[in-house]
Formats: sequence, structure tokens, C-alpha cells
Amino acid sequence: MTATTRTDEMYEPIFDNHTGQTYAPFELSRRCFVQLIGAGLLITIIEGPAAAQRGDDRSRQSVAARVQLNTDGSISVMTGKVEEGQGARTQITQAAAEELHVRADRIRLIMADTELVPDDGITAGSRTTPYTIPAVRQGAAAARELLRRYAAGQWNVKPDALTIRDGIITGPEANQKMEYADLARAPELADTFRRPADFDVDLVSVADWQVMGESVPRPNARDLVTGRHRYPSDIVRPGMYYGKILRAPSFGATLESVDFSAAEQMKDVVVLREGQFVGCAAPNSFTAAAAVDAVAKTAKWKTISHVSDKDLFAHLKKNAQTGSRSRPQTRGSVNKAIAAARNVLTASYEVAYVQHAPLEPRAAVAEWQNGKLTVWAGVDWPQRAQRDLAGAFGMPTERVRVIVPDMGGGFGGKHTCEAAMEAARLAKAAGRPVAVHWTREEEFTWAYCRPAALIECRGALDAAGTLTGWDFTSINPGGAGIDTPYNVPNSRILSAGSDSPLRQGSYRCLAATANNFAREAFMDELAAAAEADPLDFRLRHLGNDRIRAVLQLAAEKFDWVKTRKDRQPDHGVGLACGTEKNSVVAACVRIRVNRADGTLKILHICEAFECGPIQNPAGLLSQVQGCIMMGLGPALRERLRFADGKILNPRFSDYEVPQFADVPPIDIHLVNKTEMPSAGGGETPIIAIAPAIANAIFDAVGFRIRQMPMLEALARQLKEA
Amino acid sequence: MEVTIEFNVNGQKVSVTTDTRRSLLEVLREDLNLTGTKYGCGEGQCGACTVLIDGRAVRSCVMPAASAQGKTIVTIEGLSDGNQLHPVQQAFLDEGAMQCGYCTPGMVLSAVALLQRNPNPTDEQIVRGMNGNICRCNGYVKIIGAVRRAAAMRR
Repeated sequence: MTATTRTDEMYEPIFDNHTGQTYAPFELSRRCFVQLIGAGLLITIIEGPAAAQRGDDRSRQSVAARVQLNTDGSISVMTGKVEEGQGARTQITQAAAEELHVRADRIRLIMADTELVPDDGITAGSRTTPYTIPAVRQGAAAARELLRRYAAGQWNVKPDALTIRDGIITGPEANQKMEYADLARAPELADTFRRPADFDVDLVSVADWQVMGESVPRPNARDLVTGRHRYPSDIVRPGMYYGKILRAPSFGATLESVDFSAAEQMKDVVVLREGQFVGCAAPNSFTAAAAVDAVAKTAKWKTISHVSDKDLFAHLKKNAQTGSRSRPQTRGSVNKAIAAARNVLTASYEVAYVQHAPLEPRAAVAEWQNGKLTVWAGVDWPQRAQRDLAGAFGMPTERVRVIVPDMGGGFGGKHTCEAAMEAARLAKAAGRPVAVHWTREEEFTWAYCRPAALIECRGALDAAGTLTGWDFTSINPGGAGIDTPYNVPNSRILSAGSDSPLRQGSYRCLAATANNFAREAFMDELAAAAEADPLDFRLRHLGNDRIRAVLQLAAEKFDWVKTRKDRQPDHGVGLACGTEKNSVVAACVRIRVNRADGTLKILHICEAFECGPIQNPAGLLSQVQGCIMMGLGPALRERLRFADGKILNPRFSDYEVPQFADVPPIDIHLVNKTEMPSAGGGETPIIAIAPAIANAIFDAVGFRIRQMPMLEALARQLKEA
Repeated sequence: MEVTIEFNVNGQKVSVTTDTRRSLLEVLREDLNLTGTKYGCGEGQCGACTVLIDGRAVRSCVMPAASAQGKTIVTIEGLSDGNQLHPVQQAFLDEGAMQCGYCTPGMVLSAVALLQRNPNPTDEQIVRGMNGNICRCNGYVKIIGAVRRAAAMRR
């Protein structure tokens, strides 16, 4: 834990910081596969550039075992992606089924087990849809064509004379019929298929989709409603102990001395100290926690001074890397535009730190056997956790296996593998498997949070009310979503690092939420200064046709003009739009402010979203609903409070996430744009909600709230007014 | 201090010897291997640990295990009738009312208790009855739909 900005694990293209890594082509032993996934015919595929999620080497083709035909008629498909509620399991299952020409229930998707699956990169940044789905489709299609060619050779007919439907290959003659399952049962074919298949295969076009584009339910949904599914925190191994870690009383504190005698006298307790790491393991969590408490009573710490939340924005400003060495994106001359402007506006916006707070906190089980380490953990990139663990214990990666069971939420918060590391250390010391389950308080305190932001804006309008200058300095959150989609001849846009008092990292859509909040709220301020309707003002300047389309759609469904005209006192309407990760969003909201008690009620949210061809409509709807509701938290109430190196509200009773009672009437309009590749849909729908609310507040009360969260500030300003 | 407690869980009598300070949640998960009941907050704020005790929804993370003595407990593992899902479970499946699904056991059991008290809740009553069960994927809209559907299925 340091008190500096952790850029190494922060910004969304996280693997760009890892270009020094070499990725060996995927190799696996046939024997291990047979042991783990059963008998069948494994098909090895050479994957093209679509598989190369990492931007550093797009040309290299990787060899991946993606597909195995099983003798029971099912087909195993392998992917390194993790399922954390975003729907990857379903979507990848559909993709494989589509290209193999089978129903989705024939696919057994094996996810995130380093012993079995190719490295598909981190599950983050909305990358599963644009990168992994094409890679899986390509692998599945290559397998299908290999089978077609094999059958054609057997029957001595041309491959394109065959049809494949529901896993059955049919030839021109009546007796020419071959099932995938038959091929899986023919061991003499193994050699034929062992050579990597390399086909330039056309994928099924959107118009011909049979399985993709459908609302296929999550394959393991039944295990979720019956409690049978084992999340990372539910894994139990024979003889397993539960581990607890001694945490520092404040960030940056170092352990000077500690006495283990009380803990060591407790029955069945294992105590471990390695440098600053102190942990205890015991047959149950209660005893492990009691042992750590006994140790904590004796611990002497050296603390360091730490910036508190009341000084946060001054601190970020003071340490902002905005000097002469910064490299803003510039166009024309902002200074000239401002000098020539009829109207110049300046404003700054603040965004507080928030936590992801996935309902399942970090959890892992580690087990050492014959010098080999197996870890079950809730992490977003099993192969990186594997490398991190191997590095920490000084062993080759082949001796570490990481398995990520479908886990209880992440939202960008589980890129790191702390619990896995802790469990592995304790398991090694205890000589038996150990589970480490972080408490909610640990998750709030020691997990990285979404960066706070200070964003300074300047805008210039000419006599016609046209935007002529745009100056946007975003301090600390990162560069996601920082570009403006509006036409402006003079601009200066800078993403500046700073010194973050809290450990920070990725979050659903990361900086795009802060940057869109500031940009869309400031556009609203400019529209008001230009005495223009906020919708007209945006449409007049928008240079992006996809954003324009969703903005117009949302405004039409919301009946923007009439709703705005007819609003009653203390009611307000606001809108916002934006783009990120190649998808586009617009939201309109209607609110009512209660001046007496300083509260706000959201009466209606109307959001339009487009991310190319929709691969699973029900799944996408869940993601958009989830983004809107999740976005309400940091927009209205969520804020990590901290002082003297301590988080002051590390619990749900003090840190209010959205609940059922916060659900407003929401209508969502998903645009199915089929003439382009699909983009991910689990992040961008979050970015429009906060600025739309901020703009509606202005519309209702006539003053601006320039910070997230907004409710406290609104109540305070209403009181002052 | 250790005590031996006996209670009925999912139709089976069990006897557990445990420190009196341990929570019912921990005993269910760690001693009885009933991991369908989840930890989410440890302060009774999120509902992930909800179980039914004598038909009422209870937060097992803040309930001392010792107070389960003599009680009849249903966890998510014991809700279905063999292969036949409980109508609320079926409604959650039919609505696709889960994302990561970690809150689902607590949501389902809270909904079961709600519908026992009030078989025909209005949307407002569903919200009031379910509030306090947190879904961090924020799938509240579909969960409300699932409770509504379950109520209709039981009519």
C-alpha cells in the first residue's frame, strides 16, 4: 500500500501496461484434458487476429484448444473469460453454438481454469464482445469446417455439398449422415484433428443468426436459484482451514512489533508472519478472527500522515501533472477563441471516490499438493493471477493452477488477486488448504476504489451561441471518455495524473463516468448561457451520428419538448449523452425537488442505448438496467469518507448503495444496429445518468450541483438559499 | 464457551457443538456445508444471508447460532421439493432475474416470506418488503418482476 497513484493497475486498457510480458502459445497436455473434461475429440485451432485482444501483437496467431467433441453428444468450449454476472457465459455459449450449428444447450462452456483454457486476456473494458466472441466464433467455425471436410472426404463429395444442422452432418445421399458425437467416439480420428486447424472461415452473418440474437437464459441459472453453484467463497476442500489477515490500523502503517504467544496458545491455530504479512488460520472463521484479534492487541504500528477527504480536491489540484510537460490534445487555439468570445464560462466538477462493493467480497481457497499450487479465486484474469502467484512463490507458472468459479460481481474491482495470495501463503504455512474470505469492511478499506476526479472546464461561445472553444482538464480519473463528441474548432483536452490518497483502479466504465459528468453538465451550462434548449444545443454541435440517433430516440420517447414545457414548479428535466467503448447512450430524466427537506425524487428515466447487433436482448437489458441503477449510487449518495488513513464508512449501513426503494420508473430503448460489429454493453449505459440528473436539478432549482454525489450538496445549497 | 445446539434444517435434525459467539451464518456455511446462504455484510444490511426460521425471513449473519436451538430453518438448498422448484425459484428463472446471482438465495427466501405474509402484494408492497436485500448488479427491476410473477403463479 502506498499513497501514490497506482497507474500500473489503473486505467482500463490495463494490459497495455504489461507489454513486457511474453505470452507463450497455448500448450496443454492431452492427458490432463482427458482427466479433467472427459473423453472426446479435442480440436486445436489456429486463431487469427480476432483472438489477439492485446494490442501489442495483433499479427501473431495463437494456437488454442477451443473445442472438444464429447462422446455424450455435448461439446466443450474453452475460454479464459470469467463470469461475474455480466453474461459472458451465456453470450460465449451462444457464439459457439451458432458457429457449430447446434442448440445452445449442447455447449458445455469451460471458463477461467488455467489448466484448461486459452488466455483470452482480462475480463474488463467491454472486451468480451468485440474480441473474445469473434475468437470463439472463429474457433468454433474452424472446427465445424474441419468436421465437414472430414465427412466430405469419407463420402468422397465436395464439402459444400454437405449440410450441418443440430450437430448432424448430412451428405447428398440418403445414407450419408454423421453426428458430431459419432466423430467423438472414433479414437482413430484423434490424429486427424490433432494438427491445428487453420481455416479462413466465414462467420454466420447477423441476418442468419439462429442462436445469437436470442434471449438465451444463463446456462447455470438453475444452480443459482437452488444455491448449488459454488462461488469462490463457497469452495470447500478436505481439511480446509479459514484464514484471517492482520490489517494495519491505517494506510501506510508499518508493523514494528507483535507478540504471537496468545494466538499460538489457541487450539488448532496456525500463525504466520512474513515481513509485514501476519495471518492466522483455524478450523473456522470465528477462531481465525479471534486469533488475529489476539495478535492485533499486541501489535505496535508506525503510522504515517495521510490526506483526508476534506482536503482531497485541493490535494489533487496541487499535485496535478498539468505543467509544461503535460501533453494535452489540442486543436486550433483555445486562448484565441476565448479572447474573441461573446461569452466565456468556467466551472469545475468534483467526483468522490467510490467502491465497487460487489456483493461477494474477495475470496480464495489455496491448496498445495506435491509442490503444485491450486487456487480458486474471484479474479478477472486467471492467467495473470497465475503469473502473479508463480512470481510471488518463485515457481514456474505451470505449477500454479487458477480456477475462477462464476463469481459474485466485480464491476472492474477484481483485477487483482490479494485474497488468492493471502490464502496461498497461509495454506503453505498451515500445510493444508486455506480459504480467505474478505469481510465487507476489508473490501471497503483494502480493495482499490474508483478514482476521485477534479475536472476544470472552460468554454467559449460566439455571438450566435455557437461553441467556439473547449478547454477540459481532467485531474486523476484517467482518460476514458475524455474526448468531446461535439464539433468545436478550438479545443484543449488534458487527462492529468495526480497523487491519489487512496488506492485506485478500474471500475465499470472507469473515468468515462467522471468525464461525461463534467462534459455533459458543462454543455448544459453553455446551452443555458446561449439561451438554447439543451437538446437543440447538443444536436447543433454533435459530430457523431450514432450519438445523435440515440439522443433523438431518447428525447422522442421521453417527449422532451412537451415534458420540458409542461413541467411544474420544483420539477426539472435533464438529458445527457455520450460514447465510450464503441457504444453510444443518451438519457433523459425527470425529477422533483422537495425544497422543504432538501430531497430529490426521480420520476422517470428514459435511456436509449446502441452497441451494434444485439447478441442477447434479455442479457443486454439486464446490463442497461443494472448500469442505470448502479449509476444512481455515485450520482446521488455514494462516497468513501476517509481521514488519517482510515476509511470512515466501510459498511453498507454508512455507505448507501441503491436499493429497491430507489428504483424509479425506467424505460429503456435498445437499438439493434446490425450493419457493424457488436460492441460490449455492460459499461457505457452508466455514463449518462449522473449528468442527466445534474442537469435536471438545475432545471428544477436554478442553481448547479457540480459534484458527485449530489444529494448532500443539494440539501446544503437549498438550506443556504 | 461451547454449547451443543439442536435444530431442524431443511427437514433434517442436526446437532452442532459450537462457540456461542459464532453466527448462525457461519455455522450453516462452515459446519453444515450449506454454502447457498451467503455472506454479504455481516451487519444484517444486505440480506444475502437470509434464511427462513419458523417461516420468517431472518438475517443469519447477525443471529447467534445458539439462538437457533429448537428452531426449524429452511435455507435455499431446502426450498425446492426434490426436483420441483419452489414457485419463487421458478419465477426468478422465468424472469431471468439474476445477474451474478450471489444475492439470489437471499432474494428468493425474502420473497417467499413476503408472499407468505401477503400473497397478493402491490408493486409498492414488493418494494417495501424486499427493501434491505441488496443486489449490487442492481437487477432490481427484474427481481420485482419475478416476485410479481411468483405471486401470480400462486394464485
